[in-house]
Amino acid sequence: MSRLLSEEEYRKTTAFKIRRWYRGEKDPYVGTVELKPQTPFAEDINAMKHRVHDEAILRRKIYDVEHNRKLQIFSKFYRVVSVLFVFMLIGILLYMVSYLPPVGNAANPDNNEVATKYIEDAMKDTGAVNIVTGMILDYRAFDTLGESNVLFIATCTVLILLRVDNRSKKEEEEANDRLYEPKNDIILQKVAFFLVPMIIIFGIYVILNGHLSPGGGFSGGAIIGSGLILYVNAFGFKKIERFFTQKTYKWICFVALLFYCLAKTYSFYCGAHHLETGIPLGTPGAILSSGLILPLNICVGMVVACTMYAFYAMFRKGGF
Amino acid sequence: MQVFQIVLFVFLIVCAISVSFSKNLLNSIIIFMSYSLIMSIIWILLESPDLAITEAAVGAGITSILFFVTLKKIHAIVAIDEDKEDVIDKKGGTK
Repeated sequence: MSRLLSEEEYRKTTAFKIRRWYRGEKDPYVGTVELKPQTPFAEDINAMKHRVHDEAILRRKIYDVEHNRKLQIFSKFYRVVSVLFVFMLIGILLYMVSYLPPVGNAANPDNNEVATKYIEDAMKDTGAVNIVTGMILDYRAFDTLGESNVLFIATCTVLILLRVDNRSKKEEEEANDRLYEPKNDIILQKVAFFLVPMIIIFGIYVILNGHLSPGGGFSGGAIIGSGLILYVNAFGFKKIERFFTQKTYKWICFVALLFYCLAKTYSFYCGAHHLETGIPLGTPGAILSSGLILPLNICVGMVVACTMYAFYAMFRKGGF
Repeated sequence: MQVFQIVLFVFLIVCAISVSFSKNLLNSIIIFMSYSLIMSIIWILLESPDLAITEAAVGAGITSILFFVTLKKIHAIVAIDEDKEDVIDKKGGTK
């Protein structure tokens, strides 16, 4: 390493001091600032007696309902008023419900041109047989991006709150966690052996057929997540760490959200739903149809499944 | 079908009220779970199977599991010793 300054001069510069502080070689406070340990808090015995006495008198004054006429009246009054208040609230809400338009009336305000447009044009515009998926992943794809991000942020928050970083503490947590339940329950394992593949395959089916049949990314992802949770319950965290660790979670979420962002950021710029992606919509009803909806469904499904499992793992042992 | 729906709705209301009136937290979670299951059947009857699938997976499955795990974390689920036939909690009481 070549330096323009000599060693002596370099030691006087701020850069050297910052570097020294950053590496923890010298604490700038030690030796220059007078450090005094805190004196432990000790209460005078008379003052303590006085305080306890005062508290006792105060408590007797407040909670001695039998001898306090005012308190008796107040507690009765409080009960009556609370019941009255609740009934009044119920009455107001029921009264307001009577002002709502009746279900199925043709003149209702929700029966307008928006719904008609979606029902008539959705299949032509998006190529999805399932209009709901066409709506949430094509017309309103930007909202769905926000929802997936909300899930990701929720996992981050749980991670901040519940993460256990210390290795020994983690093991302790794991040991405590199984205090009340048998380890390697044979019935659960046999059931999970048959059920988990089916649940996960059903979840994948729901995700892949999101544009054809009911379901989609969110429901399929939730199903896969519950399958993973069942697997963990039956076989323990050691088994699932063979294929699903924190690194996997990070990469899946990152790739899925990034793909979603890149695929749908044009909504940022144009604000309209009609912009050609260049991908042919295909014949409605085929599995490879409706343009970007299928990959977006897969992305949302992966994010949701990972989030569900991450929640569970974080609650159980503070990490993956 | 109308009668079936009404029975389900009544059950839903009963569940919703008994969740808040149940003293045992574990019981109220299980009631809440059944509430979600009934709700998913009602979603099917209201012809929105998308919501039914999601409700069954999230409402009845994952939410309740997270509640269970939380109860376990705060030591509110009590271990039952079958030999003595009484309730023993190793780490503090339930209340």
